[in-house]
Amino acid sequence: MTAAATALRPARVGRATGRRALPGLGLSLGVTLAWLGLIVLIPLAALAIKPWQIGISGVVAVLLDARVLAAFRLSFGAALLAAIISLPLGLLFAWVITRYRFPGRRLLDALVDLPFALPTAVAGLAMTALLANNGWLGAPLAAAFGWQIAYRPVGVLIALVFVALPFMIRSVEPVLRDLALEGEEAAATLGATRMQTLWRVVLPALAPALITGFGLGFGRAVGEYGSVIFIAGNMPMATEIAPLLIVTKLEQYDDAAAAAIGLAMLVLAFLILLALNLLQRWVRRGRA
Amino acid sequence: MSVATDDAPWLRRLLVMLALVFAVLIFLAPLAAVFTEALRRGIAPALEAIVEPDALSAMRLTLLVAAVAVPVNTLGGVAASWAIAKFDFPGKRLLVTLIELPFSVSPVISGLVYVLIFGAQGWFGPWLREHDVQIIFALPGLVLATTFVTFPFVARTLLPLMQEQGREEEEAAATLGAGGLQTFFRVTLPNVKWALLGGVLLCNARAMGEFGAVAVVSGHIRGATNTMPLHVEILYNEYMFVGAFAVASLLALLGLVTLAAKALLEYWTARPIGIEA
Amino acid sequence: MMTRTPLARRGFLAAASTLAAAPALAQSASTLLNVSYDPTREFYRAFNTAFVAHWTSLGQPRPTISTSHGGSGRQARAVIDGLAADVVTLALAYDIDELAERGLIAREWQGRLPENSSPYTSTIVLLVRRGNPKAIRDWGDLLKPGVSIITPNPKTSGGARWNYLALWAWALRQPGGSAATAEQAVTQLFRQVPVLDSGARGSTTTFVQRAQGDVLLSWENEAHLALQEFPQAGLEIVYPSLSILAEPPVAVVDRNVDRRGTRALAEAYLQHLYTPESQRLAATHFYRPRDRAILAEAGTRFPALELVTVQDVFGGWGGAQRTHFNDGGVFDRIYRPGR
Repeated sequence: MTAAATALRPARVGRATGRRALPGLGLSLGVTLAWLGLIVLIPLAALAIKPWQIGISGVVAVLLDARVLAAFRLSFGAALLAAIISLPLGLLFAWVITRYRFPGRRLLDALVDLPFALPTAVAGLAMTALLANNGWLGAPLAAAFGWQIAYRPVGVLIALVFVALPFMIRSVEPVLRDLALEGEEAAATLGATRMQTLWRVVLPALAPALITGFGLGFGRAVGEYGSVIFIAGNMPMATEIAPLLIVTKLEQYDDAAAAAIGLAMLVLAFLILLALNLLQRWVRRGRA
Repeated sequence: MSVATDDAPWLRRLLVMLALVFAVLIFLAPLAAVFTEALRRGIAPALEAIVEPDALSAMRLTLLVAAVAVPVNTLGGVAASWAIAKFDFPGKRLLVTLIELPFSVSPVISGLVYVLIFGAQGWFGPWLREHDVQIIFALPGLVLATTFVTFPFVARTLLPLMQEQGREEEEAAATLGAGGLQTFFRVTLPNVKWALLGGVLLCNARAMGEFGAVAVVSGHIRGATNTMPLHVEILYNEYMFVGAFAVASLLALLGLVTLAAKALLEYWTARPIGIEA
Repeated sequence: MMTRTPLARRGFLAAASTLAAAPALAQSASTLLNVSYDPTREFYRAFNTAFVAHWTSLGQPRPTISTSHGGSGRQARAVIDGLAADVVTLALAYDIDELAERGLIAREWQGRLPENSSPYTSTIVLLVRRGNPKAIRDWGDLLKPGVSIITPNPKTSGGARWNYLALWAWALRQPGGSAATAEQAVTQLFRQVPVLDSGARGSTTTFVQRAQGDVLLSWENEAHLALQEFPQAGLEIVYPSLSILAEPPVAVVDRNVDRRGTRALAEAYLQHLYTPESQRLAATHFYRPRDRAILAEAGTRFPALELVTVQDVFGGWGGAQRTHFNDGGVFDRIYRPGR
């Protein structure tokens, strides 16, 4: 009931201040806030409250532990790197899918959603089976270059690219599809070279979507658990990811510490996403 | 398509080849590994693992969970995209960020938060016990955790498109006297229906495949609170690799069917709508 | 305009009732949930069948027995959070102590059943590859350079804690052995570990399927099972000169059975573990039976070796857990940077 009440309050504010010709703000915003509040905000409030039962100094001690810091470095570093790698890769896939006609295009289009559809644990098992040094891909790589991928940070990175990439593709693709060719044609008619057209017309139009895809892919990769634990090796200070530490703390009956790490991850991720949103707004404004 | 906007044929071929190579390495190889492992001893043992009672019960549970989580997120996602794309109000950026937030919340945390609230030691734990209501380690917990994890899918698919389309058409409808719901169903929905369907399909695929969050709230009781991904893990841990990968293949197939349905719809609708003309 | 509020509220109520109104898992007095740890899957599957036969032969209604398996700590944690276990059969007493700590089980639980409430025991052995190429004979051989060791993480795995304590006990026993040399030994060992899985099963898979490491520290029963499941791998079990007596305990969860009215069934279930047939069943699944006659029957299946107890070497699980595995304990020092 309280959730319904709070859900309605902003709707009324909206009606008073932001009234427009178009009706329906109250209903849609009401549903949105009820949905957001019940499923996301109330549970996250529990997460925000829990850590403080060990006091600020307790929380600080948990977070400044060398092992926790190392896990954060790995989780955030690998996720950022995975998102960066997804930028050109995602752009490539989105471009090829929307702009070209070739046999197998539909298949490719469907295939890139696979990481959404494949259970993360299955993906983890499959990738470990592939990349371990007795696997299909791992064995030749180990034989030819002496590379080991599974149980190393690079294994974590590959798993994260797998989960982050579809977010990039699916953020860019609809915009690229809807992006009218007229702009490009006009530029070409005015004598612009293909590179100039891409750089001045297409890329700026895609920039907000690229930022969105980056943020979503990064965010998803930071918290990824199922596909990573199988391939990571889970060595403290080296290949141990932050979500695994949360599980470890929970199993030691240390809820407050688990919640503290969870909250810190969330706040950090939230700040990064907020920064990306501001960047996106700045980019959009630059275009207008 | 105008010649001026075409890329040189060699460039096209190069980019397509690159994309295909990456697709094989990143997407196809894990998929192939799953099916190969499942069929290692032929098709019969794989089928046996799928029709076994515990596997069937896991399937039922997975479908049931998705049947609740997906509609809830569809309703919320549509409402949110509409409000955000078609109206101006303070705090809009914040709202978008909040809606995206579950993507960046570790699945482990999304399980943990419901334990903090509904666990025996949690906020409502004592009350729930008194009234003999079980939330976590039962169906409601699985539904909640799944809803949380798949929360942004529909909104994220619709929002960029709705923002791109602007609000002129809706405003015109409103000027002609249409109400909010009418405007939505007559004007907005036809413009975004395929994106919506795509979002729903993705949301559903993810709901059926979720592992980390449901693992925390499931309790892993065979035949009762095991979803398909958890059943895969159990079989794997019992050295029944063929069975584990057989059930995993089924999940992958469900995902592939979802993706094929989406692709097919896009194919049939592309021409009349003329998006790619 | 007028329909806004009711519609929004109706949607909310519909969603809320769908989510919250689902009743608790319908369970009658003839259902039983056994929450157990990882490597007991095969044993309890067989035992459940045997127990159901036994129970119905007494003229009782046929019970439905469910099991849940996972890392011992995680399982205890789930029961604390409300998983409605009637009985717990975990890897170590510390995890059941945690349940007692929170009032779910009577504090004196370990005295309620014979043999410290541990109907079967096990120990820690070394599993090596075909032909034992690194010539592993005892704990000391593990610490040689170039030997790569697979063990789960003691923070999350009960079995891994037994592994760690077994090595510690061996190191203390060496000439000049002390807490300092024992800490050196475990530090050296964990430096040679390339992959730390969170549970015993994960480590076995990493060792056998992914071909990582030269030796796996493993439960005795888990090692035998690996031999059985992967005959083509040619694995060999090495018994060290000294190991630890692992006593996986069982207990009725008082609060849950009293609420659900399943006490009689739960107690009968656990007591049945001590009958000769069940002891024999435990032996076929490579758990060491408590019943001496049946242990003797099993003959060379369980080679004799010196086994020390946690009580003798570490003064009980409470102390061992605090000193070694809690945050800031000895295990954490191993991974301190700069060492």
